[in-house]
Amino acid sequence: MASEVLRVTALRKSYAGREVVAGVGFTLEAGECYGLLGPNGAGKTTILRTCLGLTFASAGSVTLLGLPVPAQARAARMRVGVVPQFDNLDPDFTVAENLLVFGRYFGLADRTTQSRIPDLLDFAGLTGKESAKLSTLSGGMKRRLTLARALVNDPDLLLLDEPTTGLDPQARHLIWERLKRLLAAGKTILLTTHFMDEAERLCHRLAILDAGRIIAEGSPRALIAAEIEPQVVEVYGEDAPRWAQSEGKAQARRLELSGETAFCYLQDDAVAALLSHLDRQPQLRRLHRPANLEDVFLKLTGRELRD
Amino acid sequence: MLAFPQFSLRAIAVWRRNFLVWRKLALPSVLGNLADPMIYLFGLGYGLGGLLPAVGGVTYIQFLAAGTVCSSTMNAASFEALYSGFSRMHVQKTWDAILNAPVSLDDVVTGEWLWAAAKATLSGAAILVVISALGFVASPLALLALPVIFLTGLAFAGLGLIVTALATSYDFFMYYFTLLITPMVLLSGVFFPIEQLPPAVQAIAGALPLAHAVRLVRPLLMGQLPADMALHLLVLVATAMFSFWLALILTRRRLLS
Repeated sequence: MASEVLRVTALRKSYAGREVVAGVGFTLEAGECYGLLGPNGAGKTTILRTCLGLTFASAGSVTLLGLPVPAQARAARMRVGVVPQFDNLDPDFTVAENLLVFGRYFGLADRTTQSRIPDLLDFAGLTGKESAKLSTLSGGMKRRLTLARALVNDPDLLLLDEPTTGLDPQARHLIWERLKRLLAAGKTILLTTHFMDEAERLCHRLAILDAGRIIAEGSPRALIAAEIEPQVVEVYGEDAPRWAQSEGKAQARRLELSGETAFCYLQDDAVAALLSHLDRQPQLRRLHRPANLEDVFLKLTGRELRD
Repeated sequence: MLAFPQFSLRAIAVWRRNFLVWRKLALPSVLGNLADPMIYLFGLGYGLGGLLPAVGGVTYIQFLAAGTVCSSTMNAASFEALYSGFSRMHVQKTWDAILNAPVSLDDVVTGEWLWAAAKATLSGAAILVVISALGFVASPLALLALPVIFLTGLAFAGLGLIVTALATSYDFFMYYFTLLITPMVLLSGVFFPIEQLPPAVQAIAGALPLAHAVRLVRPLLMGQLPADMALHLLVLVATAMFSFWLALILTRRRLLS
């Protein structure tokens, strides 16, 4: 097998007549972190489940670690680790038992798993918690244990479905640091998220999904460079909507109004003129920053709510 | 979805998972499973039995003991496949976690089926031990009741898994117990001989798996080989196999769509 870890081609999936995945294709090279970004309902989780052979596509194909899915999904899953979106650790077991029992699902001898447990707990920052009951762990600790559980079979590929949703900033940063270590150790990662900073930090390449389609793909920097103006000035205040409708439109190359905030998207050379214009508008506050992935995401998927 | 079950040894890992949980609470679990049927056995066996002449050629408590072995086996398998199975499938999402590993849904359902049957066997066997110690068992032929108990466990575990595959919440199980399990206990010859029933109702009893289990176990405990043994075994085997297969199809439809 070449360095291709996962290939998804022209994938389609419908539920009750509604197409939730509408022709998605992408590939993962060994050692990269690839992100699937999209609003709720964009089809991210369905794509992951299809890659694992846990749901069947209406059309298209998946090759996971060189094996066709779903035909040989079980064999392919031998070398995959999964961190699901919702905690499904075993509440009847201690920390160590969770890992031991999960190892058995991979056909690992208890001896083998037991020899790995100290390193796994060290990696998860759970050393000394072997005998702890699940109910005594915090949300962050449970997430780290889920990550350790996904590594019990020493997988080549990790699938992470919104790995930091619901965690506090400390816990998120710790997870990010651990994922970077895994990448440095040569693992491949497929990640879904709707945290743009997470994607920008971790992903070498990513795809933005909307309504079951990939609407943009590339490295975070390349996407920002290709899809959006490089500079953003956010203008706030009660007067911002009026200002946006009158002067703002003339000042900015592109302007989006969201509530009482006007987002002005500009080329580098237009920033100075807008800022000096705003200096003369004391009723408005402003924030000047470089464009980021969130700007790209909102431009491509729109600002309406998706629930 | 209708494909033949794909068995593999990974089902054992699922079975062992449940066994490990059970082991932590083994003693209270066994005593709990034993207490309820024993209260009924002694209460009805001595209380009601004192008013009755011999039933089916033995004392009433002896008659009831054989029925209790079967109905307890049925109850244990049903509770495990319904409440515990539903917890693992739907509430704790234990099955979802397992399916991310190289274990197929068929392995999971097979593991659950064998586990519920094993736990039911333990329940039936525990009662067998107690009633043997009390002298209600006539001969070592009673040991042959053990495979029948296991088969009864498989049959009711399979039926229970069908209901679990269709359940939306725990409340759903009440219908199964009130509409199926309770009438089945009353019609299967657990408390009184089926021959007491009107002929039309007797015909219904002939279709109930619990009735066939009782027809096998009661003579074995009395030291006799059951009449029509092959027929009764066939009904239990067919119920076990067909219910497991249907449960598998329904569970695939529920979780893999």
